Amino acid sequence: MPPKPQSPTTSVRVVTLTIDDIDVGAREDETLLQVAAENGVRIPSLCHLDGLGEWGGCRLCLVEVEGSSKLLSACSTHVAEGMCVRTDSEKLRRYRKTIVELLFAERNHVCSVCVSNGHCELQDLATECGVDHVRVPYRNDVFHVDSSHDLFRVDHNRCVLCTRCVRVCDEIEGAHTWDVMGRGAGCRVITDLNQPWGESDTCTSCGKCVQVCPTGALVRKGTAVGEMEKTPDFLPYLTQMRGEV
Amino acid sequence: MQLDDLKARADELRSEAARSHRIRVCLAASCQSSGAGEVCEGFERAVESAGRGDDVEVRRVGCLGLCSAGPLVAVDGRNAAFSELYRHVGPDDVEGLLDSVEGEPVEQLRCPTDVPFFQRQHKVVLENSGLVDPDRIEDYIAQDGYQALVRAVTEMTPEDVLREVQTSGLRGRGGAGYPAGLKWSTVAKAVESPKYVICNGDEGDPGAFMDRAVLESDPHRVLEGMALAAYAVGASRGFVYVRAEYPLAVERLERAIRQATKEGFLGHGVCASPFDFTIELRMGAGAFVCGEETALMASIEGLRGQPRPRPPYPAESGLWGGPTLINNVETLANVPPVVRNGGEWFASIGTPDSTGTKVFALAGRVENTGLVEVPMGITLREIVEEVGGGVPDGRAFKAVQTGGPSGGCIPVELTETSVEYDTLRAVGSIMGSGGMIVMDETSCMVDVARYFMEFCMTESCGKCIPCRAGTVQLHDLLVKIADRRATSADLALLEELCEVVQMTSLCGLGQTAPNPVQSTLRYFRHEYEERLVETPPGEFLVPLDVVDT
Amino acid sequence: MKVAVKRVSPPSDDKRWKLVDVTMRRNGYSAHALIETLHVVQNSFGYLDGRAMRYVARSLRIPLSRVYGVATFYHLFSLEPTGEHTCVVCTGTACYIKGAPDLIDAVEDQYDVSIGGTTADGRLSLLSARCLGACGLAPAVVVDGEIRGRQTSEALLQEIGEATCNSTT
Repeated sequence: MPPKPQSPTTSVRVVTLTIDDIDVGAREDETLLQVAAENGVRIPSLCHLDGLGEWGGCRLCLVEVEGSSKLLSACSTHVAEGMCVRTDSEKLRRYRKTIVELLFAERNHVCSVCVSNGHCELQDLATECGVDHVRVPYRNDVFHVDSSHDLFRVDHNRCVLCTRCVRVCDEIEGAHTWDVMGRGAGCRVITDLNQPWGESDTCTSCGKCVQVCPTGALVRKGTAVGEMEKTPDFLPYLTQMRGEV
Repeated sequence: MQLDDLKARADELRSEAARSHRIRVCLAASCQSSGAGEVCEGFERAVESAGRGDDVEVRRVGCLGLCSAGPLVAVDGRNAAFSELYRHVGPDDVEGLLDSVEGEPVEQLRCPTDVPFFQRQHKVVLENSGLVDPDRIEDYIAQDGYQALVRAVTEMTPEDVLREVQTSGLRGRGGAGYPAGLKWSTVAKAVESPKYVICNGDEGDPGAFMDRAVLESDPHRVLEGMALAAYAVGASRGFVYVRAEYPLAVERLERAIRQATKEGFLGHGVCASPFDFTIELRMGAGAFVCGEETALMASIEGLRGQPRPRPPYPAESGLWGGPTLINNVETLANVPPVVRNGGEWFASIGTPDSTGTKVFALAGRVENTGLVEVPMGITLREIVEEVGGGVPDGRAFKAVQTGGPSGGCIPVELTETSVEYDTLRAVGSIMGSGGMIVMDETSCMVDVARYFMEFCMTESCGKCIPCRAGTVQLHDLLVKIADRRATSADLALLEELCEVVQMTSLCGLGQTAPNPVQSTLRYFRHEYEERLVETPPGEFLVPLDVVDT
Repeated sequence: MKVAVKRVSPPSDDKRWKLVDVTMRRNGYSAHALIETLHVVQNSFGYLDGRAMRYVARSLRIPLSRVYGVATFYHLFSLEPTGEHTCVVCTGTACYIKGAPDLIDAVEDQYDVSIGGTTADGRLSLLSARCLGACGLAPAVVVDGEIRGRQTSEALLQEIGEATCNSTT
């Protein structure tokens, strides 16, 4: 592989911008999502998780930036001097709500029989975005449940393809057991060569993927409805101590 | 190597070629599939058995343009005494055509070239197509090839080259029409190194084969364009990314790269200057989304071809994080003439905002299907009715589709629209990469929209939710409408989903996927509405009692 | 620190692995040669099986799941062997509006195979292509690697009939 480009070592500048009419200061290398969070402005997001590399796939953190004809994802957009950002508008609310509805219709998210019921980020997003019913038809496709692992289970019916499991396994654990196969609606998370999780040679059974999964797709076995609580808070500390991100 | 040496060599090659008669056989994909290979071998055998190898040259050339009349053969007299084009040539016609080099044309096979199909065209990108043997670098040199590159590295600074491209007003021919000069200068200004130049040959629009024709007919032109780009922006490594579905283009490019390296136009110290530039070939593997810049770079890196959010743009952080210039085949094929003849010459063709020419692949319900290169500013009607010869079988011309799955359908009433980036956008379509599909009265617009949505749905990479899940829902709604099972509520949902997918998708594929639906809704709404029903058949809607609490 | 790299040996002494090795070596066994390498495996063996993917993954030192992800992302890679004969119908726009769907229906009905699939006896695979770039000859079909333009259902069924009859098995 060719050598990485050398970035000139310059000191990080501080810029000022406005987010929802609030004047804020930020380091130039921060993203809009980070700066908004620091200043108490909540932007909904799903694939983003503090401590992991950005993916930019869920499109829930889209914001309006003055001077840009397109909506920009706050997780991947860096701040700039004089930027004028709007994180909440009638249009953005409508888009976010529709995206969450599309997710609910895509696979079989039946909350009442889910071990993550009550501790689910997708469920919380639905509440936050004001989803009262799903306007698009449910797809009702049947997805596989894999219980072959001693400790954990993957239920593809509840997977939102945020790839947090893929990233944590690659970036933090270094095993890269998980990846995504197929394309479009046929995408699915897989372990190794799409073999049962329990037969994976590379899985270290560390359980990080389970902790970062936002829904009931990856869960600890032996939990009953509503019992699966997750604690992904270890991540930022872990990445900081490893001095990576 | 000096420019004068190259010019002298070109003159010598030209006068040598003029000494013999020439039979040019089109071996581009379309003619080849109608049997041109057999015809060509027939000529070679006939010339040999007649012992005329010295005064008749059989040349295997690229696209001669009028694909629907293939196999096409052109016969040139010695010293350019005459040039005749023949159509639908079969192996039995070989003897007669070989005799015609003496000047007596074979009337029944003659393809008149004084018709609008040929007269209205203006060839810049395709100037050598059908003239040169793509496998021989000498043929390209004889057409003044590589002179722009040699002049650039020996007499011009990178800034000079950049200035010519900026003056030319050349805009990206891949679809969006981003000014090439602006893109180049951003990469040129980037301080990080190494930098890369990528030629995007992942032509994926169904119904478009312009880049294929350029790569198969005149590959050296693209390599020269890439080298000029690399010199201007300061890159030393380049990649050509070609669809694996184009094996002939891959084969010819590989050979062209070898030849150009051997002749010193590529490699270490281009033309004995301090400028180094190598080109590697990368094959796609069947993914439309890889036409998107960031997805294409992921694919070159050996990954799933999934796009990533921009900014950062490839010009700042592209391949392996280095500043990267990505242009499509046709854009780069325009560069050698721009540098050779000057930016102002190029800017004088076309219109002030859309300079130069555009190659279109004309197909569908039209008399003359094939590849046409027309000056920007020509109207759609002129292309379809004059160049294309109109709609056959006495049917009525209904609409023309440009831009493939990212474009729209323009109704016959608006075909006086001129072909420019901004005017096409104003009528709800885009210039696109150059697919132009003509539709007649029998084409159902709901079905056309459904066809393109199915395309986008199966080509969606699956990374972002709106495109992955939204195109599936849109496709289902279109099927429902086409099958007369949909209600007005479904149509309203269709329109709303179109907006969400367009506004929130990650990359161009999703953002433009609703275009075919929106443009057909804009101009042919009645075709949707007349398929709606009050209550879906077979479904009984029992209204639920609403209890006020 | 330089680590001595021990190369993985091929899964069998089949000569075709040599071609695969050559490609990987030419690219310095770098991870970005994955797609190039899979192309060679696909062309040499006709499909990618678990053994081949494991070998490529180990040689290029790429995680297994990434190889599988890439192999299933691109249309041209197939994880199962294709039939003895192939019929590829172009479904590009020009071919579509000139009747490609009818051609597909005809073959599907006659051979009881759905698009993208192979007949139960492994004789014929029916595939579709996005655009063969032969729009001037729409609708176009490729039977056993040979492109045929302006097809009708009758002519196509006859072509396929002849092609499959001529085989020795």
